[in-house]
Amino acid sequence: MHIPDGYLSPQTYLPLYGVSIGFWAIAQRKLKKQLSLKHVPYLAMAAAFSFVIMMFNIPIPGGTTGHAVGAAIIAILLGPWTAVLAVSVVLMIQALLFGDGGITALGANCFNMAVVMPFVSYGIFKLVKGKTPGGSRIVAAAFLAGYLGLVVAALFTAFEFGIQPLIAAGANGRPLYAPYPLSVALPAMVLEHLFLFGVVEGLVTMLLLKYFLKHEPDLVYAVLDASPNR
Amino acid sequence: MTRFQKKLWMGLLIMTLLTPLGILLPQKFKAEEAWGEWGTDKLEKLLGYVPEGLKRWAGLWKAPIPDYNFGGEGASLTLQIFSYVVSGLLGIGICAFVAYMISRFMARHGK
Repeated sequence: MHIPDGYLSPQTYLPLYGVSIGFWAIAQRKLKKQLSLKHVPYLAMAAAFSFVIMMFNIPIPGGTTGHAVGAAIIAILLGPWTAVLAVSVVLMIQALLFGDGGITALGANCFNMAVVMPFVSYGIFKLVKGKTPGGSRIVAAAFLAGYLGLVVAALFTAFEFGIQPLIAAGANGRPLYAPYPLSVALPAMVLEHLFLFGVVEGLVTMLLLKYFLKHEPDLVYAVLDASPNR
Repeated sequence: MTRFQKKLWMGLLIMTLLTPLGILLPQKFKAEEAWGEWGTDKLEKLLGYVPEGLKRWAGLWKAPIPDYNFGGEGASLTLQIFSYVVSGLLGIGICAFVAYMISRFMARHGK
């Protein structure tokens, strides 16, 4: 899901940089107000976790590969704004150091994986969990948060790819940037995430949430979120 | 660092040592790069041409360790696996450090 340089037109990547910068600015303000010192080591681990889980490329036999992002569990454990920060740091380092995702596309990649995904995941978790304090409903909420969070992030990415042929074509009528139209990009990216990568993200989110609820329940942001000063 | 945090870091280290699965499994199942992340050579094969704008910008940034592999494209599998684990260790270290510094600067006591 890491869009490389050259695949997005400036008409796409510049506005998405703007949106991501806006979210970073808000995240910075929110975290300055809310972030507690005791969460700092966990935020560092969250970034490390997101980095390492993205290295596990999952194959579709004879096809493409994909991976989980970890943004859902970070949003549930530490809050969506913290996830914006942690996953953005990871995407920046992946692009700069390992060439994974483009420099021009960094704003777009952060928007998809570090903004859309944590907020969708967090929203779905809260919605499905409802007011239940625990039990099977919270487990289902965690699975769906990871699953749908990643699928929606893939949907946005596919949309950004798919609109490129509409935006820019060369003199010979060939696309200038990402070559495949929406009718190809959307099914290709959304289906692989619906059937495989999203399921992995869902399972990872679910298992880790169970682990944290058992061992360190005071840490789970989305469960404690009820108090107004958080 | 609390005992619980140490345990989590152990988990992260173990995960990092297992990352070569992320190259071995795709190889075993003959799966290629992620959708939309093809290099220009692969696009040439898929489309018969490389889109003009894409060609111009694709090489914009020369990353120090491209594709988590310091052996280049022809690297042996052993070197690829070794590079992948080292990249993983570097990556988790740098990500944790940067995230720590940024959040340390924003965090306050007693919240």
